[in-house]
Amino acid sequence: MTIPEELKQDPTVAAVVAAFPNAVEEASNNLGELTLVVAAGSILDVCRLLKNDQKYVRLSGVTAVDWHPREPRFEVVYLMQSIQPNRWLRVKCRLAGDKPEIDSVYSVWRGSDWYERETFDLFGIVFKGHPDLKRIMMPEDWQGHPLRKDYPVHGYKYSYADPQ
Amino acid sequence: MVDTDTLTAVAEVPETETGTTRKMVLNMGPQHPSTHGVLRIILELDGETITKAVPEIGFLHTGIEKQCETRTWQQVVPLTDRTDYLANLSNNLGYCLAVEKLLQVEIPARAQFMRVMLAEVTRINSHLVWLGTSALDVGAMSVFFYCFREREEILRLFEFFSGQRLMTSYFRIGGLALDAPRGWQKWIAKFLKVMPSRIEMLEGLLNENPIFKRRTQGIGYISLDDMLDLSVTGPMLRAAGLKVDARKDHPYSGYDKFDFNVPTLTQNDVYARYLIRMEEMKQSLRIIQQAYEGMPNGPYTADAPHVVLPDREKMKTQMESLIYHFKIVTEGFRVPAGEAYSVIESPRGELVNYVVSDGTSKPHRVFLRTPSFGNLQALPTLFEGFPIADSIASLGGMDFVLGDTDR
Repeated sequence: MTIPEELKQDPTVAAVVAAFPNAVEEASNNLGELTLVVAAGSILDVCRLLKNDQKYVRLSGVTAVDWHPREPRFEVVYLMQSIQPNRWLRVKCRLAGDKPEIDSVYSVWRGSDWYERETFDLFGIVFKGHPDLKRIMMPEDWQGHPLRKDYPVHGYKYSYADPQ
Repeated sequence: MVDTDTLTAVAEVPETETGTTRKMVLNMGPQHPSTHGVLRIILELDGETITKAVPEIGFLHTGIEKQCETRTWQQVVPLTDRTDYLANLSNNLGYCLAVEKLLQVEIPARAQFMRVMLAEVTRINSHLVWLGTSALDVGAMSVFFYCFREREEILRLFEFFSGQRLMTSYFRIGGLALDAPRGWQKWIAKFLKVMPSRIEMLEGLLNENPIFKRRTQGIGYISLDDMLDLSVTGPMLRAAGLKVDARKDHPYSGYDKFDFNVPTLTQNDVYARYLIRMEEMKQSLRIIQQAYEGMPNGPYTADAPHVVLPDREKMKTQMESLIYHFKIVTEGFRVPAGEAYSVIESPRGELVNYVVSDGTSKPHRVFLRTPSFGNLQALPTLFEGFPIADSIASLGGMDFVLGDTDR
């Protein structure tokens, strides 16, 4: 756990560290963007705390970054906003490349629904507990996850003829 | 995307207890004129009332985020145009701000003012298209023609500034593509002179129009808590009384130097959303007026030779400039490793550009958190329990662009 001294005073960081001392892996404030890296297993608890106690009422978006071939391969990124006081927070979780799975935060913000579906569709990260996890951008029968770094830009085929 | 399971799942609804009525499944879109693009909604109806609505998106998915990873940082700017094709300059601005944050270059005042001015013209452009199409949906046809007449003027103005009517790509990382063309003051002055009376005329057509009011007042209600929970942003939140606007809450690109109001209403219906957008157009005109009057002189690009292409004259006379030019053109500039996001207020709501750099001349990841995608999540809540005839009006009140949703 590496938390810079100046960030220990930050109310959000302090609250999360106090409630889940083992969950926070990293905290930083580069370019004025407060970022917390938390253990993937505790994301649901951390998000619930952030929404209920720290007033991060809005989930702005969920996405992922693929660091292939580095391990841990995936970073799931949550961007959230508290309106009063006016603050932004980025929470990240690192996931291993084989069978990436993380708890869905649908029970905290219903707005995570489509973002998690999109991240599942394009990165193949499974959100456990999501009510309806299926592809949203690509066709249902699509093979592969296009935003992964090992997925070619042109896809696996050069043409996609209509089967009929 | 196309999901046959959903259709059959909804269709297997058992008969209601009374046995006299049956629920009906209606497929709306993807080629329905009121969906303003290619949105498919599967509706389950009990008589006239919608009991379930399942939106299907992805028909316009072109993998823009994937393509971003194959271009140099500067080459991504034209791609951002193609997400929300009604608010191109807002998209350019959001992306440039995020990369500039990573590069830590300072944008000169003239470029900032020019950006603000044109971003506000974009807002008026986008709101005009919204007004025209959604008024057409509820039966006011002449409004559509007037809106597109005004929009034509704006598109000509964009062409004058950038050489392009729609896909402008006028804002570049480090400033502007070109300085404003000679005589731009005349164009903006004319625009500022004409526009207020045109907005007044449009208001005259709709504000007290009994048909328009009957079709929009009290329609499309969704509680503020639901909207926050569902990641809805923009005019819909402001029509519900919440004063959120990225331009005020965390000013970017020098918006703190401008004097304008963020209109809010509490009625929380389609009519209130219409009033909010009309007022936003007037506030945008105020901002354009201030930018026009206070436009500073000076450079239009940042003093960052490793990012901004050198002046043509210098390139031909100075060795240093020639080297920079060659490096930028052949391999692009490198952006320090790290991540940054920018939050801007696009006409439709909150636009977040999240960029990740691994230190090379191409982005490692560009995530566009587009307002339309978030706003569309509220569709089932807006539809369910209300008559099907109102669905068109509430769809119009949301103001989404499918290119922005699907990317």
